[in-house]
Amino acid sequence: MNDLDTNKEAWGSRVGVILAVTGSAVGLGNFLRFPGLAAQYGGGAFMIPYAVAFLLLGLPIAWVEWSMGRYGGARGFNSSPGIYRQIWKHPIAPYLGTLAMVVPVMIYMYYVYVEAWCLAYAIRYLFGEMSFGTDPAAYEAFFNKFVGTGGDGNAISIQGEGLLGSAMFFLGICFVVNFVLIYRGLTKGIEWFCKWAMPALILCALIVLVRVLTLGTPNPAHPEQNILNGLGYMWNPSNGGVTLWQSLSNPEIWLAAAGQIFFSLSVGFGIIITYSSYLRADDDIALSSLTAASGNGFCEVALGGLITIPAAFVFLGVAFVQNPPGTFGMGFVALPNVFNQMIAGRFFGFLFFFLLFLAAVTSSLSMLQPAIALLEEGLGLKRKASVTLLGFITAVGATFVVYFSQGLTAMDTIDFWVGTFCIYVLATIQVILFAWVLGVDRGFEELSRGAEIRIPPFVKYIIKYVSPIYLLTIFGFWGYQQFLATPEDPTQLTRLQQLQGNVVVQMSIGFILMVVALFMLLIAQSVKRWRAIEAQEYEVSP
Amino acid sequence: MTVGGWIVMTLAVGGMTSLLGWCIYKVIATPGSTEHLHSQADIETPDVEED
Repeated sequence: MNDLDTNKEAWGSRVGVILAVTGSAVGLGNFLRFPGLAAQYGGGAFMIPYAVAFLLLGLPIAWVEWSMGRYGGARGFNSSPGIYRQIWKHPIAPYLGTLAMVVPVMIYMYYVYVEAWCLAYAIRYLFGEMSFGTDPAAYEAFFNKFVGTGGDGNAISIQGEGLLGSAMFFLGICFVVNFVLIYRGLTKGIEWFCKWAMPALILCALIVLVRVLTLGTPNPAHPEQNILNGLGYMWNPSNGGVTLWQSLSNPEIWLAAAGQIFFSLSVGFGIIITYSSYLRADDDIALSSLTAASGNGFCEVALGGLITIPAAFVFLGVAFVQNPPGTFGMGFVALPNVFNQMIAGRFFGFLFFFLLFLAAVTSSLSMLQPAIALLEEGLGLKRKASVTLLGFITAVGATFVVYFSQGLTAMDTIDFWVGTFCIYVLATIQVILFAWVLGVDRGFEELSRGAEIRIPPFVKYIIKYVSPIYLLTIFGFWGYQQFLATPEDPTQLTRLQQLQGNVVVQMSIGFILMVVALFMLLIAQSVKRWRAIEAQEYEVSP
Repeated sequence: MTVGGWIVMTLAVGGMTSLLGWCIYKVIATPGSTEHLHSQADIETPDVEED
């Protein structure tokens, strides 16, 4: 092989690495969850806590999680409870890993359902069943009927639409696809998906972005619904009479922004710690995680932020944007309107939702691995038995989310309490364990081993002081606002009031607590087994 | 869109794009990056081989 061929191959491999690393972080959080949250918390005002959280929490804690995982892996543990037990020799340490099991398993329960919406929309575009004319409200009406926001149990099927109108049917397909892939451990194809399907998704999103930015004023009857005002809603620091200061003085915006950063970077999820435990001691974790985070941030801010909210504003107006159908719903109403205004819109609609479905599958496949690792190393189960048990638990949870579809209350409640609150708590636990128990110098040594970039020393201080203080302060203010203070706006229910006044919210939180209890029991059993193994080893070689 | 909106948009989109660009440059300029860099997607779990 001559030099030119060698260089070409090396170049191709490096491009492959870039595509795989950046593509691996892309998922539903970027194109669907981020715009939903940004709209809910005032558009441009949300970007300030979001940027602060990215720099002071997302990046540092991603490095923390990768380092803790590799540290635990080198000591023979792959699950968070086992790894925490290695870091902190205290009886309570493994139980701190409960949330690292609960978060990915419970997010899987509704993530697969949103995945099913993507598949359903892709298939409907393929069969030409997504054209509802030029009235934007028709797309909103379809989405509401499809996911059953009108009443509990309505998501089973739209009357007269057959299987194509059944969210439950598509959920079944997604569940089987995920289950078979996880059960058989077919992970090798995932890298290929990330390398080629994710760049295709980004390219498709860029084409959609060009169309969104050239929409102008599609409805002359509503001249205020133009693209510039749509961009303004997304990026203006103050919107709708609410000043920037008023937005920023709400602790929940800071909590939600941090939660979104954690959600989309998979930080505080319990997934990275398990996967990084399988790495070799000299593998890079510093540049790998930074590249993944930046690819993810680019898709979220530059694509998700420029497409979904401006499009929703232009077609459906400010009232819709301020009150979207659930955290994930905005894209499913706004984007079909854009495709309806595009040349070859049916093709692009199919392509976009199908690639988004693939992106979601690559994410959901990894969500059960933390719990699988616990069942294997803690209870001695084989992979297939572990997957079967988790398949049953997640099927029960997904059915709960689908059935209680009125106003998407069950999904939004679990998404807030698990997808924001629990992730936030888990990230706090991890950064404290890393900085104050393992020791920031020792942890930094682990992070720097094999690193392809030099991490500046000031990051140590961010990890040790800034991130924990930031997380605990916001948490304290939020807790006070939600549970102790008298609400300033009586129309805005606090989380406590929502809990007191809504049976589905109560059942959703009850369900979360049941899953927490289940994993605590499993961890207790695992600890017993680990102690027995350690006692045996001690007897053999005292 | 206000001036503040243009500033927030430029900083957010420009910042993320620049960071991604820098990371891509570092990966390309790093010898042996294909051996040492990893994503969650390319990490194989050993339990798959056991069953």
